[in-house]
Amino acid sequence: MMTKVIEVKDVWKAYDTLEVLKGISFDVFEGEVKVVFGPSGSGKSTLLRVINMLTPPDKGEVLLRGQSLMDPQADLTKLRAHIGFVFQNFNLFAHLKAIDNVSIGPHLVLGKTKEEAHDIAFKALEKVRMNDWGHHYPAQLSGGQQQRIGIARSLAMNPDVILFDEPTSALDPELIGEVLQVMLDIAKEGTTMIVVTHELGFARAVADEMIFMDHGVIVETGTPQHFFQNPKSERAIDFLHKLEVLYGQAETDIES
Amino acid sequence: MQEAIGLLDILLLIMIRGLSTTLALTLISLLFGFLIGTGLALMRVYGPIELQWVSIGYEKIFRGIPLLVLLFIFGAALLGLFTWAGSLTNAVFVAAVFALALRSAAYQSELFRGSIMSIDPGQMMAAQSVGMNQYQATWHIILPQALRLSLPGWTNEYAVVIKDSSLASAIGVAELIYQAQAFTLDYPALFLGIILVIAIIYFAFTYPVTKYVGESMTTKLRELGLGGGK
Repeated sequence: MMTKVIEVKDVWKAYDTLEVLKGISFDVFEGEVKVVFGPSGSGKSTLLRVINMLTPPDKGEVLLRGQSLMDPQADLTKLRAHIGFVFQNFNLFAHLKAIDNVSIGPHLVLGKTKEEAHDIAFKALEKVRMNDWGHHYPAQLSGGQQQRIGIARSLAMNPDVILFDEPTSALDPELIGEVLQVMLDIAKEGTTMIVVTHELGFARAVADEMIFMDHGVIVETGTPQHFFQNPKSERAIDFLHKLEVLYGQAETDIES
Repeated sequence: MQEAIGLLDILLLIMIRGLSTTLALTLISLLFGFLIGTGLALMRVYGPIELQWVSIGYEKIFRGIPLLVLLFIFGAALLGLFTWAGSLTNAVFVAAVFALALRSAAYQSELFRGSIMSIDPGQMMAAQSVGMNQYQATWHIILPQALRLSLPGWTNEYAVVIKDSSLASAIGVAELIYQAQAFTLDYPALFLGIILVIAIIYFAFTYPVTKYVGESMTTKLRELGLGGGK
């Protein structure tokens, strides 16, 4: 019996009159990699922010290992420490060196001593192959390096799940590979992940399930094989076709 | 010849007594202005609406009253509040610190508020997503960046306060100007020499500091990718 790490139950979110999420539900199991994709404005990023309550939903519920994040009694700060978040724009702490970006969470939030936190951070940096760069400030690093530090910052908290919000969208093309490789590594190690991305190669390699969103609803879900070979909905076919034009046949491999 | 030696002696006395008072007045006022100003800025940015109004009201009031008036309020009308300082000399000094610090707090608050608000909202989101509470995120992530960002502008506030501290002579604080006036009563012929030297002293304690701190901080900020001008 697989354990549910995250349960999203009928989540709704509107900004003024603009409805961004209109009844989203899905479960994420231990060790599972979910890839969420869809046109811009479909609500993907909002969905991730709702899951760790950076943007609380108007309606519905999010549960982390069975505990509701909406519960007024819940210590949201504590629960959030169990949910890693990797941002499109990295959002590294600009005044801290790479190693301190990674160790500050374990030290401040998990209560580790400075030395313990430093060790944890160093191991996390090794995992993303940035251990030689710990003493650089974020502004001195390339986008790909910054994003790997961002991933290490999440890993160091040993979270139950890591949310990735278009982690490679802000990167120059030649830097995308190094970030995807790190994500593939940690996915294969069994990290539970929800990844918003259009990197279909990544999805094909490690996604257990893909979720296609459009206009705030889940239009279609299925395995990568399902989407690459036999997508059902008109909108998914159309969108995958657009990605195919953008990235080339070899990447998407849709059979028409 | 007698005259020239007299001038040097007088200048030395002014330097020793007056300059130390001027610097003490400036630095203590800046420090309290910094503490109060930071508090006001945090109230304004993160506080509930009531505290925001307190902060806004404070800024309006203390930016709207001339320093000389504040000095007369604390150093004359309310001087009785400062009898705990011991002597009259100490009491007027404390009163002057109040006037300078409270006014500086209003300006520093504006400066810090601008810096805090210019920090990318992503920094707060990132701090929260590693599990920091609002206090930790503010203290460890937002404020350190905001204060660095404020430093070039803060040297400007230092320049204002050190020069405006001269107004404290009006309530009898024995800083540079007060000493100069006291001596020129006895030696009116030396007035021009004394006042010129004092002008140079103010300049020496203003320009190099603002230039050095401003430039080194701008370089540092650029290294951190935190803006910091051209």
